[in-house]
Amino acid sequence: MRGRLTKVVALLVGDPQADRAVPPTGFTARLTVFTAAAMAFLAVFAIALSLATGRLADRWAAELARTSTLRISAPVDQADAQVRAALQVLETTPGVASARPLSDDEERALLEPWFGPDLPLETLPIPQLIEIVQDSGGYDATGLRARLQAEVPGAILDDHTRWREPLIAAADRLRLLGWFALLLIGAATAAMITLAAQSALSANAQVIRVMRLVGARDTYIARAFVRRFTLRALAGAVIGTGLGLLAVMALPNGDAGGFLTGLGFQGLGWLVPLLVPPLAGAVAFFATRAAALQTLRSQS
Amino acid sequence: MIELEDVAYSYGGAELFAGLSLNLAPGSFQFLTGPSGAGKTTLLKLCYGDLRPTSGAVRLFNMDVSTMQRDDVALARRRIGVVHQDCQFLDHLPVAENIALPLQVAGRAGEAAGNLDDLMAWVGLRAQAEQLPPELSGGERQRAALARAVITSPDVVIADEPTGNVDWEMSQRLLTLLVELNRMGKTVLIATHDMNLIRAAKSQVSANVLRLKNRQLQTGVAL
Repeated sequence: MRGRLTKVVALLVGDPQADRAVPPTGFTARLTVFTAAAMAFLAVFAIALSLATGRLADRWAAELARTSTLRISAPVDQADAQVRAALQVLETTPGVASARPLSDDEERALLEPWFGPDLPLETLPIPQLIEIVQDSGGYDATGLRARLQAEVPGAILDDHTRWREPLIAAADRLRLLGWFALLLIGAATAAMITLAAQSALSANAQVIRVMRLVGARDTYIARAFVRRFTLRALAGAVIGTGLGLLAVMALPNGDAGGFLTGLGFQGLGWLVPLLVPPLAGAVAFFATRAAALQTLRSQS
Repeated sequence: MIELEDVAYSYGGAELFAGLSLNLAPGSFQFLTGPSGAGKTTLLKLCYGDLRPTSGAVRLFNMDVSTMQRDDVALARRRIGVVHQDCQFLDHLPVAENIALPLQVAGRAGEAAGNLDDLMAWVGLRAQAEQLPPELSGGERQRAALARAVITSPDVVIADEPTGNVDWEMSQRLLTLLVELNRMGKTVLIATHDMNLIRAAKSQVSANVLRLKNRQLQTGVAL
């Protein structure tokens, strides 16, 4: 293992003299740097997406899970009695921090988007809503439902699971897509570097022949190419990551707290994109090495 | 050193030679002659592991070529100095660095310091040390290739028409270099058309002449 590591380090550090054996190439080198930069730029956004959707899912889950609603539909003459009974049940339920019946004004405000203002609430058989706020432990929804059914037949408990689940599922799926996009970016980088390395290898067929004639081993010949492409990918990724971070920083930071304005990094999250350049370098290292050794082996 | 045993080589379906055996003994000096197209270059390539025989066995330093890995071949090449007919160099590096390349790839770059200058003076390329290979004439390229072939002080020197592009005086010089190396115990194998060169060599060293003709190798040919 140690010997292996030493070998990898030696390959990466390279031999400046071996590096000289391959003539410098201007255009393909710039293309490699450009592609690595573009991929790193995209990677920064994919990471931002994944982290942001992760936070979003957590936030939705937390906000929706903290509250639930009890709806009481009862004939007008029994309504008050049932509300009182329900409050009594709730007050003695462990995990319920507070329970409060919504006032007529609050119920009117809830219905306003559908029925407009000035709704004569008292003339309609509107169910009474009780807002339940849980403490950090939460309550046992099944147990509470059973007790309510016995004591307050007109009560229906809604713990928002129905709302919560699809939202969280959507956020989780988005996060998964983000990571998958990162994976694709990595694979595309590897493919691009392999193509570039192969074209460099065939453009330098004479160099390889000469090196081989004078007794150079495959690893020595490969080293020149590996070092070069690793450094190019690393340089490109540093540029791309830098630009990507600047772009994320420059995103308008709305106070709406919506999904789009939430795209970005928070706290230690800013450090995650810094992994992109070393990862790009590692991808280039292994892709070039594999391409070089394969090309060399395919020769006599 | 280098042994060929009952070797045949076919190229594109046509048999170049067959049943060929050759043993390059340590310290021997051999010339290889024969008409163009008889397979002299192919025979040399078999001798430094660049080609593998269609049948028969080739042994380099007691290792069978058919069982050698690429790295084994690379290591064997460090003990065989080769001068190609079409000398190829790293065209973007100066002549001096090209000549020192075998030491460089073998991790023996430190040894270049002392020998390189003398060697370049010997082949008459001191003035061209910093030029790039494409700027050299045909003869200069051959001399550079010979210098590159011998800088590691290899056990065997194999040269394909090393005096093809140089004048008589220079070919004498190159021959003297090869004879000197042979006196130091190196094995030398030279493919050439130049009968005068062979005669000149025979006056300095006991050289054996091989002739490749009609798919057969004759040894001890008298001129």
